[in-house]
Amino acid sequence: MTNIKTRELPLHAIAHARAGDKGNVSNISLIAYLPEAYDFLKREVSEAKVEALFAHLGAGAVKRYELPNLYAFNFVIQDALDGGVNASRSLDRHGKTLSFILLSRLILDIPEALIPPSSPYRDPEFNWR
Amino acid sequence: MDRDVYIANGAGFSGDRFDAAVPLVAHLATCSGPRYLMFEVLAERTIALAQNAKAKDPSSGYSPYLENYLRPILHDVQKHQVRIVSNMGAANPAAGARHIHRLAEEMGLKPFKIAVLTGDDVTSYLDRQAIIEAETMEGTSLAGRDLCAANAYLGGDAVAKALDTGADIVLVGRTTDSALVLGPLIHEFGWQEEALDKLAAGTICGHLLECGGQVTGAYFADPGFKDVPDLAGVGFPLAEVRADGQFTITKADGTGGCVTKATVTEQLLYEMHDPSCYLVPDVSADVTEMQLIEEAPNRIKVVGIKGHERPEKLKVTVCVDGGYMAEAEMSYAGLNALKRAKLAGEVVLSRMRASGYNEEIRMDILGAYSVLDGGRAERMEGKNLPFDGDYRVRLALISEDRDKAQLLCNELQHLYCSGPAGGGGYRAAVTEQMASASILLDRALIAPHVKAEVIAHD
Repeated sequence: MTNIKTRELPLHAIAHARAGDKGNVSNISLIAYLPEAYDFLKREVSEAKVEALFAHLGAGAVKRYELPNLYAFNFVIQDALDGGVNASRSLDRHGKTLSFILLSRLILDIPEALIPPSSPYRDPEFNWR
Repeated sequence: MDRDVYIANGAGFSGDRFDAAVPLVAHLATCSGPRYLMFEVLAERTIALAQNAKAKDPSSGYSPYLENYLRPILHDVQKHQVRIVSNMGAANPAAGARHIHRLAEEMGLKPFKIAVLTGDDVTSYLDRQAIIEAETMEGTSLAGRDLCAANAYLGGDAVAKALDTGADIVLVGRTTDSALVLGPLIHEFGWQEEALDKLAAGTICGHLLECGGQVTGAYFADPGFKDVPDLAGVGFPLAEVRADGQFTITKADGTGGCVTKATVTEQLLYEMHDPSCYLVPDVSADVTEMQLIEEAPNRIKVVGIKGHERPEKLKVTVCVDGGYMAEAEMSYAGLNALKRAKLAGEVVLSRMRASGYNEEIRMDILGAYSVLDGGRAERMEGKNLPFDGDYRVRLALISEDRDKAQLLCNELQHLYCSGPAGGGGYRAAVTEQMASASILLDRALIAPHVKAEVIAHD
């Protein structure tokens, strides 16, 4: 049995992200801070989980692309932008803030070793909620 | 030509910092080899607005910021032989060129040789009705709407033709943003249509540069987690490109920001879909095997980009009239503010319905549920929202009818005297909208109309 120390944390503890738009399609990159976190992200951040995170926006299918050389993923999310930049009634018509849905709202049991050494999340007392 | 080519980007969107190019020109002056400065200032919507401006006044229709961007650097680009490539031409590159001639004269500079690229505006040679009735990539129909603009995305090959005239400055309208970088590389290195890996590398180099500071630490900072030094003084990017297509992304000396594997990776995937086929007119670029190498602090070398055959068709963005958007807001703060804000919104919604407006109206309460929640109140559940808070109700709609849009703003304003307790800070706006969609057209319909022309001073 392995004995890996994990904590319940958001993806924000181990990855960063940026959102882009083309029409009504949002794409959100997810990039591990540490290369070691890539396999964990690959296992845990599935298309189905991301689809569920964006369902309330009316989003449709999600496609995940893998870039192991860059320890990164690209999620392409259909119909996430209320019609796109020229049709949306959102305050954020490009959906630029949406990268923080992925970083903030997917809470996982994250191995502590995958958190960057300088990150505030390394402190067990750090209150992120 | 085997010397490295140096390309810097002084603007990533219309409205980017006007002074960003100054340190780039100073840096380029120290580089030995061909030097280029690009400015990318043309959003989808911008070109439609420019088209409208040109319809009203034939001497306008280019970037309204042309002088803001060029005045600070025009003297030094002439002194150091830095060539400029920009889509500031928008809907009227020739008029933009004449403006630069006048500006150079006023500044006491020698005349520039300025070339413009045209042919992206397909409304000038294709049937307007056929454009509006074409099948769109999004599946939406534009039939029955007023056509504002339809522009094909031209490629690096077209931009290179404009540089082949020997121009110091090239103004274009719609090209892919990355073509502003690929064009100079094709011109300098003579890359042919079959050099797919090199064309792909030049395209990705352009993609990394095209958003300005977004590759050098801007749009990246997350304080405490992902820090960026001197964001206020962020340096805009510069690429050193080798004849084999390998390139290094860096930034001007003495500027803020940072160039790291992380900043480059974020920008690489920005607005990209399938990383194995990033489509531009010149090539389909594949970055799945790409590697980043940190050569030195703030210097990231990019290798391993592959290219596949270019697409058969070119993308054309069609802009049509899109009605009016109304947005109106009011703040509520202190004890029980959330419930007062919610009641305020409900009062407006109820009065809009009573007026006969039955289309969708979006309601957000900033501070409780907004951009991440799709304006859906049920998303507040489970959030630990303060009873003593600071909330702002926002209502928004898009209507064909300007009066209905204005009515929403009026109804929210009425809350000053007729709404819940303690509302303040009303702001509202009605803005004209543009709707857009993309169509695909055969190259053969467009290519014969693509022309590079040198524009002389009047």
